[in-house]
Amino acid sequence: MEKILVGLKRVVDYNVRVRVKGDGSGVETEGVKMSINPFDEIALEEALRIKERGEANEIVVVSIGSGESQQQLRTGLAMGADRAILVETAEEPDPLSAARALLEIINRENPELVILGKQAIDNDNAQTGQMLATLWGRPQATFASKLEFSGDSVRVTREVDAGLDVIEVDLPAVITADLRLNEPRYVKLPDIMKAKKKPLDTIPWVDLALPASPAIAAVSFEPPAARERGIMVEDVAGLVGALKDKGLL
Amino acid sequence: MAKVLLIAEHDGENLNPNTAKCVACAASIPGAEIDVAVFAESAGDIAAAAASLESVSRVLSSEDPAYRGALAAVLAPQIVALADNYDYVLGPSTTFGKDVMPRVAALLGVNQVSDIMSVESERTFKRPIYAGSVIVTVEAPADAKVVGTVRAASYRAVGAGNSAAVDSLAMTAEVPDHTRFIATESGKSDRPDLQSAARVVAGGRALGSAENFDLIYKLADKLDAGVGASRAAVDAGYVPNELQVGQTGRIIAPDLYIAIGISGAIQHVTGIKDAGTIVAINKDEEAPIFEIADVGLVGDLFKIVPELNDALD
Repeated sequence: MEKILVGLKRVVDYNVRVRVKGDGSGVETEGVKMSINPFDEIALEEALRIKERGEANEIVVVSIGSGESQQQLRTGLAMGADRAILVETAEEPDPLSAARALLEIINRENPELVILGKQAIDNDNAQTGQMLATLWGRPQATFASKLEFSGDSVRVTREVDAGLDVIEVDLPAVITADLRLNEPRYVKLPDIMKAKKKPLDTIPWVDLALPASPAIAAVSFEPPAARERGIMVEDVAGLVGALKDKGLL
Repeated sequence: MAKVLLIAEHDGENLNPNTAKCVACAASIPGAEIDVAVFAESAGDIAAAAASLESVSRVLSSEDPAYRGALAAVLAPQIVALADNYDYVLGPSTTFGKDVMPRVAALLGVNQVSDIMSVESERTFKRPIYAGSVIVTVEAPADAKVVGTVRAASYRAVGAGNSAAVDSLAMTAEVPDHTRFIATESGKSDRPDLQSAARVVAGGRALGSAENFDLIYKLADKLDAGVGASRAAVDAGYVPNELQVGQTGRIIAPDLYIAIGISGAIQHVTGIKDAGTIVAINKDEEAPIFEIADVGLVGDLFKIVPELNDALD
C-alpha cells in the first residue's frame, strides 16, 4: 500500500502517579512528564514494521493538540515515520471531534490504512478509532494483536474478553492497537538528529472548519474511594481463620 | 420517563452475566423504562434470559446469520435503527461494548460516556480515568441522546424473577460486506468463568513459569474459583491473555480475590477494587497490593500455597 496514517496523542507518561488538583477542578499536569500514548506507540511500531517488510511506502504521523505535541511527533519521526502533521488546538477535543479532524486529514492524505492506539491512557475513552471508521464509512478492527495482509484485505486477530477473535476487513480500514501487537523500538540518538530534518506541518484547528460537537463536560474530579488496609496474618492457619471469620470458607 | 435501550451481550448461546449488571445501572436512571435488544443468529434462549431480568420492560429480539461474531460494523446500524424511540442507548464496557457502542455514538453524532460507574442524575455520571487513579463526574448534553458503556463491576446483578414480553424484530439496516467474521479462539475450560466467578485465584510474575502456575490452578480448583493473572504474568507467557485482570484486561468484582505473587500495580488494582474481600500473598512486605488487601500474608508463595491447599482439605 502507498500510505499508512498513525495517530499519536500526547499524554501524561504512564509511569506518573496522577493526582487530582486540590480544588477538584482537574488533574495535576504541571511539570509532569509527557509521552506518546503507549498504545499509539505500538500503532506506529506496527506501521513501521509493515513498511520495513516492503508492504507500505510512507508512514505519516498525526497529532491533535497544543504546539507541545510537536515533541511527540518528533519522537515518532525519530522512530521512523516519514512525515508529521499537527492539528493545533489549545483545547483538548472530544473523541467525536478528534475523529472528525482525523477524517479531514484522511481526505487530504488518502491512506489505505489508519492505525491508532486502542485508547488513550489519560481519558480512557476508547472511542476515537471506532468513530473515525464509522464517519469514514470503513471497517474497523479494534484491540488488534496480529495483522496479516493479503491483497486488499487484512486478517486481524483481536484481543477480546473471551480470548481471541479473528476477523477480516477490506482496506481502507481503521485498526486500533492492543498491548501485545508488538514491542516498540527504542529511539537512537542519530535518529533524533535525522528526525529534525523531516517535514512537520501544522494545521490550525479552525482551518478544518469542523462542526461543533456536543461534548461531554467534566464537572469535577476526585480520587477514587480508597479501600482500607486490612489485617496482616502470620501464617496459613491465620489466613484460613480470617477467611472463616468472614464467612468465605 | 427515560426510555433506555440496552444492548445485550452473548456468546451465541448464553446471555453474558454482565447484562444483568448493566440492567442495574440502567434502572438507576431516574424514571427508567428499560428495553433490552438481542441480536443473534439464534436468539431464543438469550432473549428468554434477558426477559427474566427484573426491571426489564420488553426484549427486542432480532435473528439473522449476519450477527455471527457480533461485528460492530453489522450491529451498529441495526442499533441506530432502533434508537429513535430512546433517550439512552447503553451497552457493557466489555470488549464487545467498547467495539460497537462508539460506532453507535458516531452514527448518532454524539460522544459516548465510557465506563459509567454511577448515575448521579439524568445526565450526570461518574467514570474512572487515568486507569482508575481519578474519578471524573461528567455531564452529557441536555438535548442529545446519551450513548454509554457500563462498567459492570460497579453494579450488583438484578434478579431473574421477571417475565417481560419478547418482541421479534426484523433486520432493518443494510449489512456491510467489508467486514467478515472468521473465528473465535477461546481457551475453553471447566473452571468458573473469570468474569463472573464468585471466587478468583490470580497469580503474578513471581510464579516464575507456566509450569509453576499449576499451583494457582490447583488452589482455584479446590476453591471452585476462576483463575486470573497479572499483566506481568501474561506478558511473561505463563498464561493466555484472556486471564489478564486489570485496566487493560478484565475488570472483575468477585466475593473473594486471592492475589498470589502479584505486586499490585495501579493498572492491576483497577481491575479488582470492587472485589468483596482481597487476600494478598507476597514475599515483599512493601508490595503495594498490601495497601488494598483485606487480609495479607507475607512469605514465600511456593511454601504458602501448597500449605493453604492442604489446609483446605
